Parts: sequence; structure tokens; C-alpha cells
Amino acid sequence: MAASVRLLVRQAIRLSHRNITVTAAGVSARPSCRCFSESAEERSTHFGFETVSEAEKAKRVYKVFENVAQKYDIMNDAMSLGIHRLWKDMLLHAMHPQPGARLLDVAGGTGDISFRFLEYVRFQRERQQRRAVRFGQTLSLQDISNSYSTIETDGPRESTAVVCDINKEMLKVGKEKAESLGITAGLSWVVGDAEELPFDDDQFDIYTIAFGIRNVTHIDQALQEALRVLKPGGRFMCLEFSKVTNPLLARLYDAYSFQIIPVLGEVIAGDWKSYQYLVESIRKFPSQEEFKSMIEDAGFYCVQYYNFTGGVVALHSGFKL
Amino acid sequence: MWPLIPFRWINRRRHCFTVSKVVCVQQLHSSSTEFANIHYDGLYPGHIPTTTVQKALLSIGSGVAALQNPYRHDMVAVLGETTGHLALIKLRDRMRNDPEGYAVLTERPRIRLSTLDLTKMASLPDGSFGREYLRFLEDNDVTPDSRADVKFVDNEELAYVMQRYREVHDFLHTLLGMPTNMLGEVAVKWFEASQTGLPMCALGAVLGPLRLNASRLQSLFTSLGPWALQNGRCARCVLSIFYERRWEQSLEDLRRELNIEPPPVIPKAKKKT
Repeated sequence: MAASVRLLVRQAIRLSHRNITVTAAGVSARPSCRCFSESAEERSTHFGFETVSEAEKAKRVYKVFENVAQKYDIMNDAMSLGIHRLWKDMLLHAMHPQPGARLLDVAGGTGDISFRFLEYVRFQRERQQRRAVRFGQTLSLQDISNSYSTIETDGPRESTAVVCDINKEMLKVGKEKAESLGITAGLSWVVGDAEELPFDDDQFDIYTIAFGIRNVTHIDQALQEALRVLKPGGRFMCLEFSKVTNPLLARLYDAYSFQIIPVLGEVIAGDWKSYQYLVESIRKFPSQEEFKSMIEDAGFYCVQYYNFTGGVVALHSGFKL
Repeated sequence: MWPLIPFRWINRRRHCFTVSKVVCVQQLHSSSTEFANIHYDGLYPGHIPTTTVQKALLSIGSGVAALQNPYRHDMVAVLGETTGHLALIKLRDRMRNDPEGYAVLTERPRIRLSTLDLTKMASLPDGSFGREYLRFLEDNDVTPDSRADVKFVDNEELAYVMQRYREVHDFLHTLLGMPTNMLGEVAVKWFEASQTGLPMCALGAVLGPLRLNASRLQSLFTSLGPWALQNGRCARCVLSIFYERRWEQSLEDLRRELNIEPPPVIPKAKKKT
């Protein structure tokens, strides 16, 4: 009860903030269409280093990922020299999902996290079963017959992963990848906006968003939605590019990002501008501490972050309690 | 150029509508896949400013990509842009010194399906430049709209020269009488290499023959090749011609004016499917 009241209060504050900024901008906007409700065209945000309206940003981000979808995985490997696979593996190890967990992978696009999740729980399940067999060999006959009946009637809950992405092209590529890898059981693909998820409250055990949240126009809204769809006790995990702490590494990283990555984008994917946007959007994303406070503001507890590769990537984690 | 697969890109139209916002900024909205044209920072629409390091990396990367997959026309284009600075300057100066070339440089005509009057050209007599050009387009199933825009040339005038070079390529095919099969493309490349001195043409001229079979190689080295090189050296600068005003001129007449001999042997054109 208190939680929903808190939510309402927070939303009210947010709305009043929006009205204030709209009236400030509205004075200089076209006087003929002054609206009382907030207008996405009048509020500006960043698209890389450019300033655009919020409606524009959503459209352009969609276009970027539509363009890069086919070559997305190849480009990830080329740009990070394969290290992105390690980052994603580390996310899974931190997550340590148990069989029966339900995962929501937002901005999941080509499905990397979900595939790893399903493989991880499958491995855990097999380990559990092996253990059960070993354990079962020292039981009395009575206990063994009891355990048979429980296996029959009370089947273990299957883990499921839902991949949610706003971009249909990315989902298409992800589905094709799943088919070629032979992963079908427990996987579903949903088109949805991170700021307005098409799911009921309290549905998922784990919510992940890997390298997607910096493309969201209203990060705070995405965090609110994450809180909403997680079960109490559920975990929010966000993998994202962040600020490099070491100054020397930061210089090298900047040089690499701005000199080499757009060139790779042009040569491999034939698209310089999308990868220019990528490296610029990384610079515009808040730092580790700032993002941590944003997550806490949204209502998560025990928020922590872990830096990978010297801060190039940070894993933020919080719990809904 | 490399085997010209009909690159049916969407005919790029620039829709211009001004959206006055809080800060009055005029925006160009393009329907092409390059959404970045919406706001261009750079010297011309589509310009991407690059540092020397980036240009060097681009030239190496695009070279490798083009060699691996010759159907990557965009990579061939990027290679040309990043390596052609000196050659473009020389070409531009040649154009400036020619009165007609100077007119081209000032008026900046672009060759597009939307600017060509195809019905009028079809009604021209056989043997006229316009009619033969149209025949070339139909026989080889190509369109003048498949040329990529220039991106990495850091001078607005030189970017136009590069763009003109790309768009004149089809006219060259008509003037030289070469079809768009591999042998024809290599012959045109040899002509372009000796005329323009663009490193990308030279690379294409050297590597193109590697994909020819023995009989075609022989034809190239004995008759077509020397003819192309010779004519490339002696001909007038092909970029200096205002082709758009010469549709009615007879092809033979135009060849004589440009100092181009007719081809010794015409490689068989691709069969129209």
C-alpha cells in the first residue's frame, strides 16, 4: 500500500516538474499551439552530442538500430574485440539464476543475454538432477518411492526468458539466431517500449537491460517500469557503458572510440553515422554513482555497481523489496 | 568498375520542408537511409569530416573490404575518396582551364533519372549520343541513380568533381562502347586510370584482370588494353564535357571531338535476363 502511494507521489512530482519546464519553453514556442499537456516536440534531449526534441530522439534511435540490426553482432565482436562476450558472461555469473526463474530481457534485441540465461539454468538444472540422483542412491526404499511420486505430480517449474525490444528488426535478427542455435523452449519475443512495458505488475524474477538503457529517452520511466514488473525480491540488473576511472585508459578509450569505431562502422556495416551516435551516446550517459542514485530514486534497494574493464562497462544491480 | 550489379537503390529525393522551432534552424529532410542528412554539419550534404588518421584507416579498411567482396560498391567509393585527394586537385584544375569544364564546375549539373528526359532521348535518331546512352542503360540494365554520394572529401568543390567522375562513368561506357561485363569494366578502368590518375582506378585496373579468363585476358592485353591506355592519355578530359547539352550530337562526332578512337573489338554484352 505504502509502495503504491509512494509511487503516486513520485509520479505527481514528476508531472509537476514537466509542467514547469514546458511553460518555460512554451513562452518562446509557437504561440498558436500552446498545449497544456506536455509536448514531446518542445522538450529537448540529447542524441549523441546533438540536441534534438524527445520525439525526434526516439525516432532516430529506432532508425539507428534498424540500420545496424543485420550487422549488430559482427560489429560488437569487431568493436570490442570479442570482450563483450566476457561482459555478458560476467552478468550471468553475477545473476546466478536458479532453475525456475523468469527473466525479462529488455532491449534484448538479438538475444545474447537470454540465450546465456537459458543455457545457465539448463546447466544448473542438470547439476541439480545429478545431485538428486547421487543423493537418492543412499535413501531407504520408502524414501525413494516417496520421491518418485513427487517427481510425477509436482514437476519443476521451467525457466522462461522474455526478450522485449522496441525495434522489430533487432527482434527479427534475434529470432533467426535462436533458430540457428536451436534454442526454442522457454523463449518468447515481445515488441515493447522500456518506458511502457506490456506486462502486468509483479511478473518477473529478474529484469536485465544490457547496453540498452542509454538509448531510452526517459531513463527514470524505464526504471519505474522495471520496478513495477519485478516481483518483490526481484532483481534489476543493468549492463551499460560507463565512465572510465583511470585517466590514461580514458584517453586511450576516447581515441579508440572516436577514431576507430566509426571507421569500423563504415567499413563493416557501411554506416558511419550510427556508430558515431553510439560512441557519443556513451559519453552522455550518467556516471556510475549518478546512475546508482537514479536507481535508488526509482525505489530499488541494495543498489551496487561493479566496474568491468576499468570502468568501460558497469553492472548496476538493485532489488525490489 | 567492378562487375556492375544493377544497384537499384531508391531514387533519392530531397524533400525540403522548413520546420521553424524555438531556434530558427532550417532542416533538410532526406528520405534516404542516411538519416544524418537531416542536419548536416560539414561542407555539403552527406559530408562526414574525418581526421587524417581516420582517412588512413578508412582507406586500408575499405581496400581490404573491396578486395574481399568486389560487390561492395560503397567500399570502392570510400577507397576512391580517401586516396584521391591529389588526383582530384589535378582534375579540378584541368576542368578549370577548359571553358566547358569551367561551366560544369560553376553550374554543377547532376545526372539523375529525375533530371533526364527519357522520352525525348528515346526519340532522338540512332547514332546520337542521347539515344546510344539510353540504349546502353537498357541493354545493360543499369540506372544512373546507383552512384553513392561523396562523404569523405573535405573540400566542397573536389567533392563535386568526385561525384561528377562517378556519374560520368556510364557516359564513358557509351563513348568507349564498352558493356558492363568484367572485360568492359576493366577496359573503362584502364582508360580512367590513365586519364584521371585516381589511385582507386589504378588499383581496379591492376586487380580487375585477375578475374578474367585466359581468352579475355589475351584480348585485354593485345588490343583493348593498349587502346584504352592510349586514348586515356590523349583524350580531352572527359569530366569537362557538359554531356547534358549534347544529347543530339552524333556519337561519332563526339568521339572525334574528344579524341577517342572507336574500340577495336567490342566484348559481348551481358545477356539481358
